[in-house]
This record gives sequence, C-alpha cells and structure tokens, in this order.
Amino acid sequence: MPTNGAPTKITQGSQTKGGIGESTLRPDGTLKVTGEFAYSSDMWHEDMLWGQILRSTVAHAEIVSIDTGEALATPGVYAVLTYDDLPTAVKNYGLEIQDTPVLAHGKVRHHGEPVALVAADHPETARRAAAKIKVEYKELPVITDEASATAPDAILVHEGRDDHHSGHVPHPNIVHRQPIIRGNVEEARKRADVIVEGEYTFGMQDQAFLGPESGLAVPEEDGGVHLYIATQWLHSDLRQIAPVLGLPEEKVRMTLAGVGGAFGGREDLSMQIHACLLALRTGKPVKIVYNRFESFFGHVHRHPAKLYYEHGATKDGKLTHMKCKIVLDGGAYASASPAVVGNASSLSVGPYVIDDVDIEAIALYTNNPPCGAMRGFGAVQACFAYEAQMDKLAKKLGMDPVEFRQLNAMEQGTLMPTGQPVDSPAPVAELLRRVKAMPMPPERQWESSEGADVRQLPGGLSNTTHGEGVVRGIGYAVGIKNVGFSEGFDDYSTAKVRMEVVNGEPVATVHTAMAEVGQGGVTVHAQIARTELGVTQVTIHPADTRVGSAGSTSASRQTYVTGGAVKHTSELVREKVLELGRRKFGTYHPAWATAELLLEGGKVVTDGGEVLGDLVDVLGDEAVEIEAEWRHRPTEAFDLRTGQGNGHVQYSFAAHRAVVEVDTELGLVKVIELACAQDVGKALNPLSVVGQIQGGTIQGLGVAVMEEIIVDPKTAKVRNPSFTDYLIPTILDTPTIPVDVLELADDHAPYGLRGIGEAPTLSSTPAVLAAIRNATGLELNRTPVRPEHLTGTA
Amino acid sequence: MRVNFTVNGRPQEADDVWEGESLLYVLRERLGLPGSKNACEQGECGSCTVRLDGVPVCSCLVAAGQVEGREVVTVEGLADYAKQRSEGGCATGTCGTTLQDAQLGVPPGEAWGRQAKGTDSQTGEGTELSPIQQAFIDAGAVQCGFCTPGLLVAADEMLENNPDPTDADIREALSGNLCRCTGYEKIMDAVRLAAARQSEGV
Amino acid sequence: MDFIRPASWEEALAAKAEHPTAVPIAGGTDVMVEINFDHRRPEYLLDLNRIGDLTEWEVGEDTVRLGASVSYTKIMENLRAELPGLALASHTVASPQIRNRGGVGGNLGTASPAGDAHPALLSAGAEVEAESAARGTRLIPIDEFYTGVKRNALQPDELIRAVHIKKADGPQQYSKVGTRNAMVIAVCAFGLALHPETRTVRTGIGSAAPTPVRAKTAEDFLNAALEEGGFWDNGKIITPSAAKQFADLCSAACNPIDDVRGTASYRRHAVGVMARRTLTWTWESYRDARRASEGAA
Repeated sequence: MPTNGAPTKITQGSQTKGGIGESTLRPDGTLKVTGEFAYSSDMWHEDMLWGQILRSTVAHAEIVSIDTGEALATPGVYAVLTYDDLPTAVKNYGLEIQDTPVLAHGKVRHHGEPVALVAADHPETARRAAAKIKVEYKELPVITDEASATAPDAILVHEGRDDHHSGHVPHPNIVHRQPIIRGNVEEARKRADVIVEGEYTFGMQDQAFLGPESGLAVPEEDGGVHLYIATQWLHSDLRQIAPVLGLPEEKVRMTLAGVGGAFGGREDLSMQIHACLLALRTGKPVKIVYNRFESFFGHVHRHPAKLYYEHGATKDGKLTHMKCKIVLDGGAYASASPAVVGNASSLSVGPYVIDDVDIEAIALYTNNPPCGAMRGFGAVQACFAYEAQMDKLAKKLGMDPVEFRQLNAMEQGTLMPTGQPVDSPAPVAELLRRVKAMPMPPERQWESSEGADVRQLPGGLSNTTHGEGVVRGIGYAVGIKNVGFSEGFDDYSTAKVRMEVVNGEPVATVHTAMAEVGQGGVTVHAQIARTELGVTQVTIHPADTRVGSAGSTSASRQTYVTGGAVKHTSELVREKVLELGRRKFGTYHPAWATAELLLEGGKVVTDGGEVLGDLVDVLGDEAVEIEAEWRHRPTEAFDLRTGQGNGHVQYSFAAHRAVVEVDTELGLVKVIELACAQDVGKALNPLSVVGQIQGGTIQGLGVAVMEEIIVDPKTAKVRNPSFTDYLIPTILDTPTIPVDVLELADDHAPYGLRGIGEAPTLSSTPAVLAAIRNATGLELNRTPVRPEHLTGTA
Repeated sequence: MRVNFTVNGRPQEADDVWEGESLLYVLRERLGLPGSKNACEQGECGSCTVRLDGVPVCSCLVAAGQVEGREVVTVEGLADYAKQRSEGGCATGTCGTTLQDAQLGVPPGEAWGRQAKGTDSQTGEGTELSPIQQAFIDAGAVQCGFCTPGLLVAADEMLENNPDPTDADIREALSGNLCRCTGYEKIMDAVRLAAARQSEGV
Repeated sequence: MDFIRPASWEEALAAKAEHPTAVPIAGGTDVMVEINFDHRRPEYLLDLNRIGDLTEWEVGEDTVRLGASVSYTKIMENLRAELPGLALASHTVASPQIRNRGGVGGNLGTASPAGDAHPALLSAGAEVEAESAARGTRLIPIDEFYTGVKRNALQPDELIRAVHIKKADGPQQYSKVGTRNAMVIAVCAFGLALHPETRTVRTGIGSAAPTPVRAKTAEDFLNAALEEGGFWDNGKIITPSAAKQFADLCSAACNPIDDVRGTASYRRHAVGVMARRTLTWTWESYRDARRASEGAA
C-alpha cells in the first residue's frame, strides 16, 4: 500500500466488470428467491392496525346517508372515517385533474368507489365493522358509452368542471379531445384505388400485477407520517397525499416498499391517503392490503376503446390517406386519460408513411370503472385497429401483408402526423423482415407415439380435441410507441451518487427515487455506475423521497431518464474524483493534466489505457457525493386544433409474428409461437431486455384471447372481479417467444438506448388476431376474441 | 384458537387464531414468514404454494385449524429442504433447521435491509440456495418476484419427482402458478437449467 | 365462527347432528375462497382432514368405493383403469395444487353445475354414500343427487362419506371447455361412457343447465341406433349422421344461461361438438379393443 500516493504500477486499463452491455444478475435476486424480499404487503409493525375500505355497491348514486355508529361501537375498532372526517379543504386528488374524491362526497360515480374507512386490530374485525356501516343510496341513471355520455340531456358525470381541458372539449362528459389534421384527406382519397373501413372494439384490460395494493403508514412524533408503499412514482404520490392530510411535504416521508409488478396500475393512488388518514387519526401504524377482489376496484384499468378507421391505398400498394376516430372510455375519473388521448391520436397512424390524415381521439367520462395507465396506453388500442386495417388492405390488394407493410414503413426522417420528424433509426421494414425470416415452428407438435398430447393442443388439459378441427394460422404486426413523457411535460429524474472507500475498496452508492417494480432498473443503475465510475461494488440505496423525483416507472422511460440521471451524476462525480486526483497526484504524471481520463477497474486510466492511480488512493478517506437532475430534450404540446407539434422525444418499435392453432369448431386458440423483433438502441442488460420483451408480449397475448373486465352495460357494475373469471395466461397458454434484438443507437439518448418496456405489448395482440383470422377466415373486429366469436354463437 | 404445527422443521405455535384464518395468513402475519405470497387468495395463482406433509398446496385455501400437527415447508425453508434431500437425509422437512428465530413480519426499518442487502451482481454470495433458487436467479426468471416463491416450491417438487421433465411436463406442473412479468420463457429456462445441473450432479 | 375438529367419522356425524349449519371443510378449495372473499361466514367449520378413511378407496367387484376426500391427484394416479372418465375429469380440475387438496366429496357437497367431476359420475353411474348419526347410511343415486343450482339431496345432518362409482366396462371420455388451457372453470363440460356389458351409453353434461344433467334423449337415440345396427357386435364405425343426431340431442339437453364465462348459445354448440368427439374417441377405442380381442382369439 503506497503511502506517498505515487502510482504503484502502470498496467493496461480494462473495462470494468459488470458494466453496461453485460447480463449482470439482479441485486435483489437472492432476497426474492428466499422469500426475504420485503413487499409492501409484508410490512409489519408492533401494535399495528388493519385498515379496511368500504366501497360503493352501485355505480352511480346520490349518497342519502351514512351511519357509522354500529361500526364504531364494534370492539377492536379504532376509527371509522367518512368524507366529513377529512382534515382539510383538499378532498380530491388526481394525476392531472384533481377530480377523484378521497372518500365519496354526496355521490358515487362508479362501482367500488371508496365511501368509508375502518381501522381495527384484526382484518376480520375491520371487515365486519365495515359491513355494519349503513349507506343509503339513491341510484342515478348510468352513463356507459359515447351515446349516453354525449346525449344533449346527458347527466354530467362531473358538474362544474374547470380543469384545463374543460374549455376545449365539445361536451363536459368528454375529458379531452385531440384532433390531428395533416394534408388533405378529401383530395388524397381521390387517389385511392382501394378503400377499407373498419370499426374495432378493444376490451377493458387489467394490469393484474400479482402483488396487491398495500402499504403501511406509521405516524411520527413530529405529527407527520411515514408511508411504506408500492407505487410507480413516489413524488407524484407525495404531491397528491400531503395536501389532503394538511401536512407539508417534508412531514410525509415515503419509502418504496417491494413492488409486486405495476404495468401502469400503480400510477394512480390507491390506499395511500387512506392508510395515512387512519394512522394519523388513531396514532397507530396502519396496514392496508387489498385482496384480489378489491384490487379490481382499487386501480384504474386499460381504456376500452371503439376505433373507427378508413384507409386508402393505390393499386401498387401505397397508402393514400387515413381517417380515424378513437373513442376511449375513461370511466368515472380522469386519471391519465388526457395523456392516453394524446398517445392514441399521435400514434394512430402507426409506423407508416401517410401524408394525409384526419384524426380525432377523445376520452369519455362515464360511470364505468376509471381507466388510466397501462403498458403502452393509447398506442396499444390504436395498433390493434391499424394493423387489422393493414391486413384488410393487403388482402384487398392481393399483396403479401408483410410486403405491404414494408412498402409503407416509416424510416428515419419520416414525418409523424404531428409534423414531427423521426430523428433516430426507425427500422420498421427491417424488424418485419427479421421476424418473418425466423424459422417456423414445426407442424403438429402435439403428435406423439402415444397419441395426441393435449397439453400442446387448443383446450390444453381440458381434453377437447385430439387434432380435430385444428387449423394453423400465421399473422404479423408491427407497432410504434413513444418513450418518456410527452407533450411538453418537464420529464426529468434525479440521482444522488456517492463514491468512497469502504473496507479498502472503492464503492459507489446510487440513490434515486426510482420505483423498482420488477423491471430491473436497480440492476441497470449499478451497471451504469460501474461503467462510469470504474468500480465493482455498487450499493443501491432504498428509493425514498429524501432524494429528488425520478419520475414514474412508466412510459418505457426509467432506463432512459433515471438511467440518464445516474449516468449524468456519475459523470459529475467522476470529474470531482479526477479533480481530487489531479490535486493529489497531478505532479506525478503529465497525463493527469492532458489526457482524457476514465475510471476503470478501480483505477484512473488514460484513454490510451495507461493507469495513473488507484481510486482507493485518489479518494483516500474523502467521499464524493453529488445529487443532480437530468432531463431529456424538451417536447411541445400538440396544437389543440391541428395536433401539430414536436410532442414526443423518442419512439420504440417492435414487430411480431404469431403462429396459432385454432380449434375452429370449438373456437379455442393455442398460440404456438410469438416471435418478436425489436430495436432497443442499446441493450444495457440483454437478459433483462429479453425478459421485458417476452413479458410484454404475453400481456398482449392475454388481451388477444382471454383478458377482459366485463362491465354490465345496464348497471355499470363489474361482473368478473376475480382471478377465477378475469383470466390471465398460464404457462400452458404461453408459447415459445424467440426474440431478435436489434441495436441501432439513438444518438440523442444515453448510450444510444431506447425505452423498451411497452413496444412488445402493442404488436403482440394484432399479430395473434391476424393469425386467428388467417386460420378461420373470420373478420374479428374486437379483442379479446372469445370462443363464441369464432363459432358464430356470440 | 391455538394451532401447533411444524414449519420448515421447526415446531410453531400460533395463538388467538381466528377460525376463518388461512394457513397463509398464519404464516405471514403470525409466524413472521411472509415469503409465501398473497396474490389472489382464491387458489388461482399459486403464489402461496407451500408443501403440506410434502404435497404442494395453496396455503390460502388451507384453514389454519387444518394444519394442526402437520408439517409445512415454505420458500424460506426450501434451501434446507433441498439440501437435506440431496444429502439423502430426511426430505419431509421434519428433521433439523437452520432458520433463524421466527420474527413477526418485516418491521419497516428492516424492510430495505431485506430488499437491498445484495448490493450488486454478486448475487447469492453468502446465502446457500437450492438448485432451483439459483437457477431462477441465473436464468433471469425473477422480475417483480411476487410469483417466485410459489413457483420455486412447485418447481422443486416437480424436479424431485421428475428429474428429467419435458417442456410439456414443466408447463403442466407449473400451470397453477401465474406470473405476470416474464411471459414464462425465462421460468422455463430456469427449470431446464436446474434439471440439467441436477443431472450433472452440480 | 367455531372450528370443529372431529378425530373420527362418528364424531363428525355427531357434530353435524348437533350443528346442522356446520359447513364441512376438507380440501378447502371452495369453502376457503368464500371465507377469504367475505362471501360466507358459517357459524361452524367442520374439518374433515383428520378422518383418515375419507382419503381411502376400495376397488370392489363392480364398483369403486371412493372416499369423499380422495384427492383428484390420487384419482389420476391410481384409478385411471377403473374410473377413466373421472380420472380425465380430475386432470382438468384447476391446478396441481388444487388437485392435491380437492376431492369428489367437495364437488358433490357444493353441487355447482360447473363441478368437474359431475359429468364423469353421471356417465359412469354412481351412488353417493351419505350418512347421518340419526338415520345411518343411505345410498343416493347420482341421477337424484343434484336438486337445483348449488343444491343437492343431502339432509342438513348428513355428510358425504364416499361415492360408489361403477367400474368402467368400456371406454370413457371427458372434455371440458374453458377459455384458458389450464386452471379454468368449465364453460361447459361433457362426459361419455360406453357400457358394453349393458350395451348402453351414458352421458353427463356440466355447466350447461341449472344442475349437472344427463342427455337422456340422446342416450336413448344412440342406444337404439347402436342396437338396431348391431354396432356392438359388428364394431362398425358410427355413421356421421347418427353421430350428428346424437350431438344435436346432447345440445338440446342443455338449458344454459349467458354469463361472463360464455353465452348460452356457445354452450349448446360446444356440448354438441364435445358429444360428437367423445363418442368418436370412445367408439374408436371400443373398436380397437374389440379388434385386439378378436385378433387374440
């Protein structure tokens, strides 16, 4: 160990192990496989109480009275709260529009809306007490679709709107409307040799994350509260929670508890404020854990949609124009509806070149369950429709559906319908080529020497066919998704990076408020720190609100934006470390002053690979710590009349080929293979990248053939709030998913990376539908497709 | 009521159990073993899978009173269970344990210790894992991880009875365990990997 | 709520006599869902797990006496030859974890039209062994057991001890439609058993009427057609028109509803398809077996 600080030896520097581009393993892996990882529902505190929420049993009603007397008198019950107990004048919350009551006030607008809260010493005590609360409802007619919402005499779901969209919407039951007009559709239509029209329906999908909404609120001595919570965005929660509690933000401390999946469903608040209210009222820690039934009412869902499309093409296969109207059902509260409208409209053309478009997207207020963020929002619904249109056009033109798409595929430089140029690689035709070139799965894989293996047939273990009626079909689809927050939102993240010597080794600590929801952000942050700071040991600090906002774990943005913040801050730390080195050792070697210096393998090295010193020596007993924000290029709002504007920062592309086998007599579908090709810019962690693509692909499969929240159109009540009747794919429903990862760098993004999480969810659904159409010859204009749709028995 | 049973080889006593409580609740909220997960509580997801007298079951559908006098193995005891099996010892979970003293749930102060004590890719260091646990980490079969404990218990049991499964066998054996993150491909990889390592005697 | 843990069958009967509202719980796969989701708060839960003989079975001359709590897994593993229809049905039950806990007694006690075992029991032929402390044992023919939606012929003080199921004397099949390839509740299900000894065919339909039912008109038609054509003896292929008529009559035996799992129209259609396919499969097996025995002779 040198004591004078002189470099001890000069060796060739090397890339730091475990940096970006490697498939390093999850830092939380061991905890997760041993059952030790602490999810929000695993939290426990001495003397804690259990919170329970009483929810409305009807969708739309005036609340005539609430009687909590009997509930409050129940032994073991510590508090019963209603709207009247809210402590401040702020009684609503919301992501963009604060229209969601913490507890219902005078009216409920959807089935399952929170009406009252109970805290008790056992969950069963809390449930029994909640059941004793008497709520008298006077039911109102329900608004359930575009016709009932926009009728001249329609009841207004929200009276007296004054949010910033209320001025430009054509009806108060429309949350937001975004038209996009470019070129001249009427003129372009004249050039069309073929025109296809379609009306498409997209069902209401649930995120169905496995870890139910849950958290623990602990009252603190200073009158504040500490909330341990599973969420996607701590600071957004904080901004909504604190005013309702009447506390300054610094008195509401938030720590991310383990998150059991999110997919958009934790973008909005669920039980956060409720747990805090009960904790502050009782002075005791309060834990709330939804069961699966409640979870279906406790978070927003994917917007169901009606999509009306018209496309034209010349006989040589060039698209002439597109006209569409997309009607998204936002349900009772706004949630992310405005952003969903923005995405649906701006991405409604798909990854194609069409100069003349006339687009309109709206989101409705209805009495259906509130809808908001889910993986790929807005783009998912549009992709289902425009890809069906592409197949119809190709068929009408007698062209190969892949070649037809390639002929019209956008590329770098193409203008979006918003007028924004696509200024990074857009390898749409190439992705289609790759996915088509993959080897086909063998035919009749179910055949074995012992007869048919039903596990590999439609119907699976239920033994419905031994090959009878089974027809194979193949379908293709490609999609485009924006990455990051758009439309002028100040999208930034914050990272605090610290470097010091611990036990004789240089260690970096990365502290962000990023919600790790399973996507592997913590893995990637450590990789980035290793790459930038040349250390092996990286400690990921718990995510909390003691560091600046990281933005949401959504919109495929965290590796880009918080990853970008970790990179940026690490670079600042590196400069500080190098300054330290120059100060200490600059006189020992001229390269300290002249060369581009890097940190690699625990050492300071020149760009030529010459080692100037050990980080251990450079740092000594000093610690370098910096907290800094980083933001991507600014975006602009879309013009409210024309939809023009540079609204997005980056796009993400994926293509799928689906191979299905359909029992055409029973209408049962077995997806045999879902091949995917996706451009990821740069795979920071290839193993995680493939995992994201496969996971997204299967969520797309789910909504193609089974997943739908069914709402009774007469009552607006949810009919299947359980995992018995809301089905998500099992391992016997999922096919092999070969993935071809393309890495064409986006020069505007950190390391050239591209957000990846959502794109595979887009094209998977239309590819499966296309394959089923190919197998059955049916038109199939809705998703999910159910057996009755394939057998004429709907 | 009071319930006495054995969890991961260790006698346990739960007091003041409400008669409608499930084994899952008792494990999670009374015995400090929250590894078994509460994703659906209706037997549709398998996240709460434990072995009851050696047989994989959904602990959410076992009434607490039904486990009186019986043996339960949870994900927390899986590594020991597999170790004893591979050493030819008792594989019913009745003999020996290295589990630390039972602790009630996860105090929030410790929560992050339980999330982030593995600080980088040196995953597995210092913790002895069963082959299936290690394979899940190595194959990238863990994302949010909420389904992982149940899948591990189910997969471990399958490999115990069927050391050389076909893909269809794996899919059938794990068809009671939902995963929402991975699309199952990496779970398939993990089980194949564990089977291969097992047959190589690794 | 009280949790009663009888150590013997006699204790269980005594408890049920004393507390007729007690809800028996064995595998827990129905009861615990209702408790977890707050749909049910019985005064008493009557745990049957400690009664060992409920998980045993005896293979007799003509029937299998199947303990009420024999798990579906055990049925699949041990009784495939004697009870092929029920073994196939067992394989379609939910998931491995559920099959390890659930048994036929639970299906019968709940008497949901969607219970997977019912069509297999109806087609094989079975009797439910019910017992009460006051009146002892009685055998209830399966055709008389299902009395309404989630209602059965049990008296409040009775418990199901076993089911006596006719051993297969010919091929049996079972099909179930669900919208997922595993872990799914039946949209509808169909069981079919050939009984060469009596030269009859029996059927069972699940989830397509208020109770599990047999398609008796279809059975009568097919029995007559097989008899008239000498099919049992000549082993000829059943004509497509006969198979179609059988299928249509099975569809007609349904009285289904529209619900979140499927439409009434689909259920009728699917039962017909399953009827035709299971008839084809079983008849093919019968012909194969016949040919094999002729070849051996």
